[in-house]
Amino acid sequence: MARKGDVVIDIEKCKGCEVCLSACPNDVLALSNEVNSKGYHYAVKVNSECIGCANCAIVCPDAVITVYREKK
Amino acid sequence: MSENNIITPENLVYEKTKVMTDRVLHYCPGCGHGTAHRLLADVIDELGIQEDTIGVAPVGCSVLAYYYFDVDMQEAAHGRAPAVATGIKRVLPEKYVFTYQGDGDLAAIGTAETIHACNRGENILIVFINNGIYGMTGGQMAPTTLPGMKSSTSPRGRDVATMGNPLKITELIAELPGTYYVTRQSVHTPGNARKTRRALKKALEYQKLNKGTCFVEIVANCPSGWKMTPVQSNKWMEEHMFPFYPLGDIKVPEK
Repeated sequence: MARKGDVVIDIEKCKGCEVCLSACPNDVLALSNEVNSKGYHYAVKVNSECIGCANCAIVCPDAVITVYREKK
Repeated sequence: MSENNIITPENLVYEKTKVMTDRVLHYCPGCGHGTAHRLLADVIDELGIQEDTIGVAPVGCSVLAYYYFDVDMQEAAHGRAPAVATGIKRVLPEKYVFTYQGDGDLAAIGTAETIHACNRGENILIVFINNGIYGMTGGQMAPTTLPGMKSSTSPRGRDVATMGNPLKITELIAELPGTYYVTRQSVHTPGNARKTRRALKKALEYQKLNKGTCFVEIVANCPSGWKMTPVQSNKWMEEHMFPFYPLGDIKVPEK
């Protein structure tokens, strides 16, 4: 089984551009219904399928995603 | 292992590099500039040259680049970044010097400085962001705007009969004997972003060899200027920009 991962999103800096959504292989991310203080719908985790591949973080224009992956 | 246990320092895979400041980027949502900034900062961090790097910021959307890179930065007059970088590199040859310029800065007002710096083979890295439009001033036509592409000053699309052809400045630069490494990349997908990261790393490593100018073009989107959502603009870029500006290495060092 693939190693499990997790992401932490800095929701105040997220601008809701959705570029990370299509980069995720397991559809872990979606946009929130709520908005942050700037009025953007931010990226949120919607399932626990994250494998810590960091695809979302490497395409994030605003560097809001931190990625963790468990060791073998 | 429960999810809570995954978020620990030893499991960290990716976080924002310290070479980028904590300031919120002023770029529009989904703009390729942010990704390009971060990849360059990542590489500076990885090579451990934060203290030895000097950047030159352009005029254009990325005029405020000096707020975001935590390295020594100098603002240049519009288009003159390669000339300023030339001076910095000649006075401080042991430093790593890069310019970060958009297409309006590099391929329009700064064409002369760009071509002559590359022709002299200055040992600098030029990062060129090509989104085919003047983003900062409101989406006017740039030298790199595609034929038929709409902008605020070509509302019916660029007509090459009256407005001229788009300038493939990267191909032009590659012909000059002063350039050592010339490549064209993009940052809109994870794969492309990783390739760009490798290209930037190579370019900074080559700077140590004193062999000439390294030129990395990044074809980027401009969601606001193109009047699309970020995801649409990335798709449009794949369909329209890449056939005209094909990705890949244009000039690589001879083995």
